Amino acid sequence: MEWLIGRLSLEYLPTDPATIGAAIGMPLGALVVAGLLTYYKKWTWLWKNWLTSLDAKKIGVMYIVVALLMLIRGVADAFMVRSHTAMVGVDGEGLFDADMFQQVFTAHGTIMIFFVAMGLMFGLINVVLPLMIGARDVAFPWLNSVSFWLFFAGMILNNIALVIGGFSSAGWLGYPPLTGLEYSPGPGVDYWIWSLQIAGVGSLLSGINFFVTIIKKRAPGMTLMKMPIFSWSVLVTTVLIIISFPLLTATLALLSLDRLMDMNIFTSYLGGNPMLYVNLIWAWGHPEVYILVLPAFGIYSEIVATFARKKLFGYATMVAALVAIMFLSFLVWLHHFFTMGAGANVNAFFGIMTMVIAIPTGVKIFNWLFTMYRGQIRFTSPFIWFLCFVFTFTIGGVTGVMMAVPALDYQVHNTLFLVAHFHNTIIGGVVFGFMAGITYWFPKIFGFRLNERLGKYAAYLWQLGFIVAFAPLYTLGLMGAVRRLDTYDDPTWTPLFIVSGIGVMIIGAGIALQVLQFVVSIWQRKQNLDTTGDPWDGRTLEWSVPSPAPEYNFAITPTVSRRDEWWYAKQETIRRPHKSEYVDIHLPQNNSMGLYIGLASLVAGFAIVWHMWWLVILCVVAIIAMVIMRTMDDNTEFTITGEELFELDSKRFTAGKAKA
Amino acid sequence: MKKQTRTPWRAPLIVSLITVGLFALGWWLVDDLYMPVLQPSGAIADQQLTLLIFTVVLSAVVVLPVFVMLVVFALRYREGNTRAKYTPEWSENKWLELVWWGIPIAIIVVLSVVTYLTSHSLDPYRAIESDNQTLEVQVVALQWKWLFIYPELGVATVNDLVIPVDRPVHFSLSADAPMSAFWVPALGSQIYSMNSMSSQLNLIADEAGTFQGYNTNINGEGYAEMTFEVNAVPDEEFAAWSEERSESGHVLDRAHYAELAQPSTMPDPMYMRLADTELYQYIVMKNMMNHSADDSDSATMDAMQHGGAH
Repeated sequence: MEWLIGRLSLEYLPTDPATIGAAIGMPLGALVVAGLLTYYKKWTWLWKNWLTSLDAKKIGVMYIVVALLMLIRGVADAFMVRSHTAMVGVDGEGLFDADMFQQVFTAHGTIMIFFVAMGLMFGLINVVLPLMIGARDVAFPWLNSVSFWLFFAGMILNNIALVIGGFSSAGWLGYPPLTGLEYSPGPGVDYWIWSLQIAGVGSLLSGINFFVTIIKKRAPGMTLMKMPIFSWSVLVTTVLIIISFPLLTATLALLSLDRLMDMNIFTSYLGGNPMLYVNLIWAWGHPEVYILVLPAFGIYSEIVATFARKKLFGYATMVAALVAIMFLSFLVWLHHFFTMGAGANVNAFFGIMTMVIAIPTGVKIFNWLFTMYRGQIRFTSPFIWFLCFVFTFTIGGVTGVMMAVPALDYQVHNTLFLVAHFHNTIIGGVVFGFMAGITYWFPKIFGFRLNERLGKYAAYLWQLGFIVAFAPLYTLGLMGAVRRLDTYDDPTWTPLFIVSGIGVMIIGAGIALQVLQFVVSIWQRKQNLDTTGDPWDGRTLEWSVPSPAPEYNFAITPTVSRRDEWWYAKQETIRRPHKSEYVDIHLPQNNSMGLYIGLASLVAGFAIVWHMWWLVILCVVAIIAMVIMRTMDDNTEFTITGEELFELDSKRFTAGKAKA
Repeated sequence: MKKQTRTPWRAPLIVSLITVGLFALGWWLVDDLYMPVLQPSGAIADQQLTLLIFTVVLSAVVVLPVFVMLVVFALRYREGNTRAKYTPEWSENKWLELVWWGIPIAIIVVLSVVTYLTSHSLDPYRAIESDNQTLEVQVVALQWKWLFIYPELGVATVNDLVIPVDRPVHFSLSADAPMSAFWVPALGSQIYSMNSMSSQLNLIADEAGTFQGYNTNINGEGYAEMTFEVNAVPDEEFAAWSEERSESGHVLDRAHYAELAQPSTMPDPMYMRLADTELYQYIVMKNMMNHSADDSDSATMDAMQHGGAH
């Protein structure tokens, strides 16, 4: 039997009520969705329009849907963590035993970074980047679908851990030797490794894809310095991805060699060294932070300019700041472990480099402020998210500078002060930015706007909830409360943990309003239709096409002669192109091979976790075979003729007239 | 779209006021809580508090103007405020940009100098200058308890660190467990304790008292219960204590150590007579030797400890 199912056995099924609930609930939820799809006969629609689509906008929407679902799981985890710590203070019991508690916060961190933040980021890039640079598609549409399905496979593998085997309980970055065979022999750490490995390969492929897209597929006339700043932020982010993700893959591969073949690379036997792992994982981990936040900075730049109805202040400085951050982000990784005992000069070097990053970041904030200066600001919901961002992120910046001073870091490292700090930057910077981006670009994809009122209330609740949840954590850190504690003795901590739990509930209410916002907006979509394609009075090319954006993005490839091309173009008379200007275009056909590769990766990941070697080999061979098959396929595109395009595009002008 | 011109700017203002109110309320509520990081009992933690206040004040030089500008610009340049100027094309000004490159750079330069100086002056490896003799304590992180060895006194304890007031303490730290970290917030500076490594830390207590010590790095199931007490006592009391404990019935040798090193939590402290003065060296070196470390290895160990990471 063992050759067939490895170490899989029934004893790995969950035993505590909370996990059993989740383990039954999640597959049940999937079944309900499948049932509804069958009942309404939507399978073909789903398959043809979404799952096998190579249209970047649709892939982007799928990323965002998955990421928002995972956001709900991640926040539920956060709520359980905070409820547990509050309850432990009251009755000494709490919700979980130590191991389960550790699994929950490990899952929270892993899911939030890899499947929420990364998912939202790639989702928004997919949705908007090609439109923004005047391209019909990404450079490698099929690879894009492979990336998504690898991301999806990683996400599923991560969640399967809940149903059978349990997840890692060693923290989101899993330092050895705790994650080595000696201390964690079970499948949890393997789930963690392989869900990140699979998703990580997807991220690397996406990084390459968008880097090439920006370099090669810009509209004629759009020089790099005429690109919208969001495109610049994506360009910089993709460089970071291309350089740093191989580090993650290699580090996790080395750790899995330790676990699968007992290689002692990161143990303290036979010359192994766990400190090497800590260096390697942060050499990826720090750039990762910027991978997430730079696109959010790009989104803010677009939003401020649009809603202040003013040119972005200091464009060239913004670009310089982005590029400076790109280089600096590789020179700071050691600040995550000043307390490891490196010499004073080493610590001082990394501390100073970390502070130096605050300079370009500060400059960006001033540039945004002076974009608002002498503008005409509309307080729309994306702009509210921006205001919340400046407030929250700046505080995170201050605590960040504090922690960058090594001598000071010795007193706050690995406490709840640190936890509060990075939530300050990640929620304030990344999450608020992506929420703003989703609201801002939603009409471009779906053709109607989201409900503004609910969107604003959601933003306010997030902001208030954030303060209520994390101000107590800063305080607790200064009181000596360490992170990741499942139990504590000091009764004065309890009220603060309770307040923090209330904060998480307020954030939860904000998310509930966002869900309601989607429902209400879809329900009342007729009232919020975007008939012009330019609902916010935008500045960049994506607003020059109708909403929802057609599959081919642009009927005629636009030419660009300045920054904010669309802002100036619409002040002139827009000439309707002659029929002869429409030429035949080629678009990628739907393809299901990416989905199958993702599926095979998922099975392979599961098989490695449980040591079913025959299945691993089978899946790897299948993946290679599918890649070869795809490269042999010459018939991958379909054509839309110029005439068809002329007809399709005519709607744009009739709609425009109707409005005028 | 017409409705949009009556810009709803009041709501953000109300949210900001609620925020300020929450902070004020919080400030009032936490006022009488004990915060060891802000109420230090040792010279190192004391200097770190000064550093904390310094960085916050320095950051405020940039942050406060940002907050003021954010509120003022947002309100003044709201759509529909006809008294405010509107210059849609104004997007560059060399002087202004110089100012906001200049200010953060100036602040970071100051902070960098401070960072460099304090990285040296507060280096955990740096011996504390004092007229009093330094006490040596060897610390081993186990799953899930702390072993404190006083090699000079022939005493060892679990989860109870007793130190004399006003005497510098030099800690050598290692682990026989996944990476852990030793932290006493009232005294200052935490440092990792790692398998087959010996890191160092220098602390001093300025006043007598009982302080809480923590492990800050997750090392398995009993991680949260891996706390310890630090009792800083006057020198005479410390001498009496060590005298008493060195005659303890429990003995710590390698055999007993092997039992102690088994994973377990230990709510009550334990006191032992140290029978093997080379025990710490043995713990650090044991994974690096193919078999057990014998006495000849301690020379290598000494060399590593004093040359090593520094």
